[in-house]
Amino acid sequence: MTVTSSNPEILSELDRPNSYIGKVVPRPNLGRLMQGRGLYVSDMELPRMGHVVFLRSPHAHANIRGIDAVAARGVPGVIAIVTGKELSAIITPWVGVLSHLKGLKSAAQHAIAIDRVCWQGEAVAAIVAVSRAVAEDAAELVRVDYEELEAVTDMRTALDPATPVIHPSLGDNLAFERNLDAGEVDAAFAGSDVVVEADFIFGRHTGVTLEPRSVVADWNTAEERLTIYQGTQAPHMVQNIAALHLGLEELQVRVVCKDVGGSFGIKVHIYADEMATYALSKLLRRPIKFVADRVESFNTDIHARDHRCWGRIGVGRDGVITAFEIDDLTGIGPYSMYPRTSAIEANQVVNLVGGPYVTRNYRARARVVFQNKNVMCQYRAVGHPIACSVTEGLVDLAAARIGMDPVEIRRRNLIADNAYPCASPSGLRFELLSHHAAMNKLMTMMNYDALRAEQAELRSKGIHRGIGIASFIEVTNPSAAFYGVGGARISSQDGVAVRLDAQGSVICQTSITEQGQGSESLTAQIVGSVLGVSMERVRVILGDTDNTPYGGGTWASRGAGIGGEAALQAAKILRGNILDVAAAILQSSAAELDIADNAIVNAADGASRMELRELARIVYFRPDTLPPGVQSELMATRHFVPREYPFAFTNGVQASWLEVDTDTGFVKLLRHWVVEDCGTLINPQLVDEQIRGGVVQGFGAALFEKCIYDERGQLTNASMADYLVPMSGEMPDIEVGHVVSPTSETELGAKGAGEAGTAGAAAAVANAVNDALRPFGAVITEIPLTPQLVLTALGRV
Amino acid sequence: MKAAAFAYARATSVGNALQLLETYGERAKVLSGGQSLMPAMNLRLVSPELIVDIGELAELRGISVSGGVVRIGALSRHVDLLKSPDIAEHAPLLAEAIAHVAHPAIRNRGTIGGNLAHADPASELPACMVALKATIVVRGPAGERRVAAENFFTGIYETDLSARELLISVELPMAGKNSAHFFHEFARRRGDYAMAGLAAQAIVEEGAFTDLRLVFFAVGDRPVLAKVGSGLLGRAVTPAELATASSALGKELDPQDDQQASASMRRHLAKVLLARGLSALLGRPDLHAGVRA
Ligand SMILES: Cc1cc2nc3c(=O)[nH]c(=O)nc-3n(C[C@H](O)[C@H](O)[C@H](O)COP(=O)(O)OP(=O)(O)OC[C@H]3O[C@@H](n4cnc5c(N)ncnc54)[C@H](O)[C@@H]3O)c2cc1C
Repeated sequence: MTVTSSNPEILSELDRPNSYIGKVVPRPNLGRLMQGRGLYVSDMELPRMGHVVFLRSPHAHANIRGIDAVAARGVPGVIAIVTGKELSAIITPWVGVLSHLKGLKSAAQHAIAIDRVCWQGEAVAAIVAVSRAVAEDAAELVRVDYEELEAVTDMRTALDPATPVIHPSLGDNLAFERNLDAGEVDAAFAGSDVVVEADFIFGRHTGVTLEPRSVVADWNTAEERLTIYQGTQAPHMVQNIAALHLGLEELQVRVVCKDVGGSFGIKVHIYADEMATYALSKLLRRPIKFVADRVESFNTDIHARDHRCWGRIGVGRDGVITAFEIDDLTGIGPYSMYPRTSAIEANQVVNLVGGPYVTRNYRARARVVFQNKNVMCQYRAVGHPIACSVTEGLVDLAAARIGMDPVEIRRRNLIADNAYPCASPSGLRFELLSHHAAMNKLMTMMNYDALRAEQAELRSKGIHRGIGIASFIEVTNPSAAFYGVGGARISSQDGVAVRLDAQGSVICQTSITEQGQGSESLTAQIVGSVLGVSMERVRVILGDTDNTPYGGGTWASRGAGIGGEAALQAAKILRGNILDVAAAILQSSAAELDIADNAIVNAADGASRMELRELARIVYFRPDTLPPGVQSELMATRHFVPREYPFAFTNGVQASWLEVDTDTGFVKLLRHWVVEDCGTLINPQLVDEQIRGGVVQGFGAALFEKCIYDERGQLTNASMADYLVPMSGEMPDIEVGHVVSPTSETELGAKGAGEAGTAGAAAAVANAVNDALRPFGAVITEIPLTPQLVLTALGRV
Repeated sequence: MKAAAFAYARATSVGNALQLLETYGERAKVLSGGQSLMPAMNLRLVSPELIVDIGELAELRGISVSGGVVRIGALSRHVDLLKSPDIAEHAPLLAEAIAHVAHPAIRNRGTIGGNLAHADPASELPACMVALKATIVVRGPAGERRVAAENFFTGIYETDLSARELLISVELPMAGKNSAHFFHEFARRRGDYAMAGLAAQAIVEEGAFTDLRLVFFAVGDRPVLAKVGSGLLGRAVTPAELATASSALGKELDPQDDQQASASMRRHLAKVLLARGLSALLGRPDLHAGVRA
């Protein structure tokens, strides 16, 4: 069933009186965070804690001939100075490959470089001292003798025979290649009335979390146990990998993740400096703290999106798309990241191009190459913005060529809303999408025809505004197909345990994590709704491998869809158990009873029979009064993983309205609209804000953000002054609407919503800029769309 | 990103501050609002031995008007300028420009003395000082000096100040009859340093300029008082004259390339500012519309 609604009060079938599902309720953690009582890793102080600073390579590629730390060791307050070789006795190296990405190769990476550095920013030594300031003083005195090597920086020449091979043992600089050929591509192009092609260029950018990556590692020699306090999206993954490379059992590693100041995919990977911090704690037998500063965040947090993608599209005069073809090239730095690998983004691009459309003819090649730049990996909406910008850019170019309205060409090609289930040419299976309903809703929200009229009128006055449309699909709720099948110990299932405590309140432990998305809130909303308990009486515990069920965490838009379903199922079991005891106490039957407003009530008339508080008192303190043979179980655990569909696809469409100053090249965003379909909305406000935040990150890519490297592999803008993040002053109002097509794979029906905003925003903006520039005959297929780029395209500079 | 260790002294008087600067010379740094100095120290771009905090020196505070002159103490914060009725009335160019300097948190701490001593070529305030014919008042071991703003800025982050001197105040002649001003800058984001900007102060009588100071910033190593301004005095400006002035401006400027904009882009933006500025100052939309810089 698909419900189209603008009324968030009835967005879910599960919405019923006393339910929190489909309702805007404040997050339970708001008070804690707003009053400054959040606990971030950088707040932590432990007795005897040492602070580590990593001395980082100033060169993109160099041999390390020697390290002289004598003077630095003499600085008062220095605890130890440790090289890569010394640390390699404690922690083993890793190789970031997965077996289902056929042919993917990478080299062994060490926690600290041993003989050679492969990017500017790679750590060459750890300086541990009583404070960060002392460690930085000492770091200035460490002398490293480098022999500079030629740096491989341009992805376009990385595979040339004349280019040095970064890892000679691998034979070449090609990390991964994927080819796909579906349908009858050549015949389709040959039979097309019009074929349009373009090169799309995407700037390398990064996630810029407000809180940098931070770790406190505490090796307890007495217990032979390592506690890792870390702002991570995936505590059990960190536990597994730390144990594996330190030679420990997972039982010997506990990962605790308290409040996290943003992640966006930056904090879902295993970084060399974090591994080094774990190892240093074990080596030095004391707690060690590492908090990345802003400069090293820019140099070491994963980068993303550095793609050059050629694409072409065939269309008939009637607007029917006949085929897509792409050739994507991306440079990922010197190593494939661990353990999720750096081939996933290119792989996603191949998967997703053309995804919203009917055509069966699709050919793709993607190549992933090594370079001497910072590592690249998965960041919010992995691959989606590339695929969406290429697809939607090509569709707009084709529409312009045949003189068709951009909305009309999409309507003629989007998969029909009644065509599901179906699959894409790349084999993605779609359970239920709503492209046309979303487009219809968008048209109403933005008043498309009136906007086109306004645009025409302003154009005659020399004001150049543009409208850009971008339809998209989004991968959410990944099953084991994402990582597990490739051999990574990254759980795709999540677990939730709920228990009624002795005063009738609910304690809920979940394996999903919270970095601001609202995981705590949605879990409490679901549990409270199913149990008939008010939200203030539900306490959610997450982010602790000792104290939560085993699970994947929060990434790839999976928290609500997977963790939420586990919460729902666990709460249902507990509810049944509570009603069984209540029936025994009240000499009734479970079927005749219900729970509402923290009390057992009659199912028929809602009359209150007994407070949950009273039930809990009897169960825990006077079990002797229960009938013989009644053993209550007021704790229940359930796990969930999607099995029918590898991914729950969502869909949506975005539109941008902006103005280009053709004298200066400046782009002013005026308004933005998003209609998306993530199935059941648990908390519409959280969903809307996820969408808006995601759109803003997409605006960053479209207009501002870029890691600028020079030809020697030096990152030249590693500061908040020079790397431009999107800021509120330039942001337009973003209106969000929903179409609701729940997944029937779960009772909850929720799909993910965390990446939809980012997936399509840049494509909508780029299409709008080109729409505005159409009278000038200028077309730009590169982002970020800087004033310099716009003026150059206009021939003004 | 932690500053190297340093000693700290809170100056008790201007004399005391000058004494400390005399003793330490290049090894000391004056601390005012700290908005430029502290980031530089945390990045270890500078590591002074001694910080001389002038924050308590009451005599460096305050904005006053007398004898046709607006006097602004070095410790006046950006927010003070923004809120001052005297600045709004007598130096409206500065009132308009200050809103473009950084963000509220920074404007709450940053000072005009620190800003001018820092002399960022992309900063709004040095350009305004040149446009407004300000006098910079400086005190050192040998007593007080008064320097015309035009001669004060000598290069990127370089001024006429020596390490043993303090910037005390600036003095601006009050905006007179028929005066007009224009301020605009092109910055990627609100509050950023500009890619190109123009601070202009003029006297317009009967549709013609009798005085015109066009000061461009972020297009050179210091604020640039454009020579083309003097050629536009005393008569109605035609679109053709604007076009001539525009190409002369292009030749006069020698901007640098950087990540935000190439030299030619900066030159182009300066020409756009010239057209927009002249048309605004004269109230002549035809000038602006007629020029494709
Ligand atoms: C994010 C950010 C954005 C910014 N954007 C802008 C912008 O758009 N435009 C702009 O103009 N500025 C901008 N600034 C800089 C801001 O205006 C600073 O406040 C200003 O440049 C320095 O003033 P301060 O009082 O903080 O000086 P400080 O940082 O204390 O000192 C700066 C320098 O001047 C010296 N100094 C200070 N006072 C005196 C004195 N009385 N005599 C002699 N020497 C002195 C110091 O020794 C130091 O070398 C920005 C700053 C930040 C952090």
